[in-house]
Amino acid sequence: MTTARHIAEQVRDPELPVLTLADLGVLRDVTESDGRVLVTITPTYSGCPAIDEMGSDLRRALTSAGYADVEVRTSLHPAWTTDWISESGKQKLLDYGIAPPNRIGPKVAGPIPLNLTPPSQRVPCPRCGSPRTTELSRFGSTACKALRRCEDCAEPFEHIKEI
Amino acid sequence: MSFDNAYESLIDHEDTHWAFGTGFHTALEGVDREVPATVDRADLVAYCLMLGDDSLVLSQRLAAWCSRAPELEEDIALANIALDLLGQARLLLTRAGEVEGAGRDEDALAYLRDEREFRNVHLAEIDCGPGPGGDFATTIVRLLVFSSWKIAQFSRLRGSADPVLAAVAAKGLKELAYHRDHAAQWAVRLGDGTEESHRRMVAAVDRVWPFVDELFHASAVEARLAGVAVDPAELRSEVDGVLDAVFEASGLTRPEPIPTAFVAGQAGREGVHTEAMGFLVAEMQHLHRSMPGAVW
Repeated sequence: MTTARHIAEQVRDPELPVLTLADLGVLRDVTESDGRVLVTITPTYSGCPAIDEMGSDLRRALTSAGYADVEVRTSLHPAWTTDWISESGKQKLLDYGIAPPNRIGPKVAGPIPLNLTPPSQRVPCPRCGSPRTTELSRFGSTACKALRRCEDCAEPFEHIKEI
Repeated sequence: MSFDNAYESLIDHEDTHWAFGTGFHTALEGVDREVPATVDRADLVAYCLMLGDDSLVLSQRLAAWCSRAPELEEDIALANIALDLLGQARLLLTRAGEVEGAGRDEDALAYLRDEREFRNVHLAEIDCGPGPGGDFATTIVRLLVFSSWKIAQFSRLRGSADPVLAAVAAKGLKELAYHRDHAAQWAVRLGDGTEESHRRMVAAVDRVWPFVDELFHASAVEARLAGVAVDPAELRSEVDGVLDAVFEASGLTRPEPIPTAFVAGQAGREGVHTEAMGFLVAEMQHLHRSMPGAVW
């Protein structure tokens, strides 16, 4: 039997159609009772304009699967982190040509460290695999992506930055 | 919608607009939205407006740089930062409207209030360019000071007795860390760059500094909202510490605080603004007021 959760999990991200909302970690919960479906999603960034589109896509998918009563809620807490992108989601990003985020791990308490130089992270090129890449800009085509360039194959590529 | 006609989307009012336009809805679900019983609702509304207006007004200022920045990557970076701030503003104004309970949503609060009803600090509104009000260096110094101050404020706001403010702060904090790093890294490149870039950074600090002291003055509302609001006076040493680290690496000197005279003795928190604010509000609201409810 196809459940509402299964349908919601298949809905794709409007900006990164290679990922489902479940891969991205944006889909937090799907509950079903008495034919009523409640979907909870969380924005990646506070200003992410895709959040409204995600809600309409979810409603459309569930409605066309026969669920008449669908509510999509946006939840702010706990705040999204790139650690919620699934392992298969990271692989799909890589195959698509976007470098996935590194794992941040649990947050350390204390003041937020100030970085006076761009971090020298190891972000291998998603095309040729070379570890020699540099950050061109911390801010890319969407809030969640940075722009980098490979020093070996010279191709620019995007990187989902850790947050 | 087909892609044959670029104008088709302008007349198609389905809920499928992409990216900006219709379909904005309350984004505060999933957080406990009850106002704690001990909290004065009018004060909470005023405080949400203060925080929301700080973000909204700086977002408007930064957006003006898109296509005017020194390089394409910087157009995109400043627009991204503006978008983060706009997202924070939407959440905060939504909360203000919801607690007020008078039917005003985020759009009504952003587009239909007059200048004197805005509660942002003066630092957010001053004109730091593009154009004769400043230049890129001025914008960087303002962003550095603003984001260092906001990080100190939002770090504490995570423990607010208002669960919505706590959630907005926890989320926004991670974005602000990127903004501060971006400004700090530019400050080092420009301050420690050429003679000309250094000269302009020194001028930028001079331009921005008179508006820094206001950041650490508690308004009456903030003073009454202990436990919900953050006391701005608490933030000074943390902000000074961050700025000292950046200034040292940039070859700049942090000036002594310039005691603020506000505007005729009144602060942005009280709705009294500098001359630049009226122009900013007019530009921000013009479209909505001319064509109410316009979407694209």
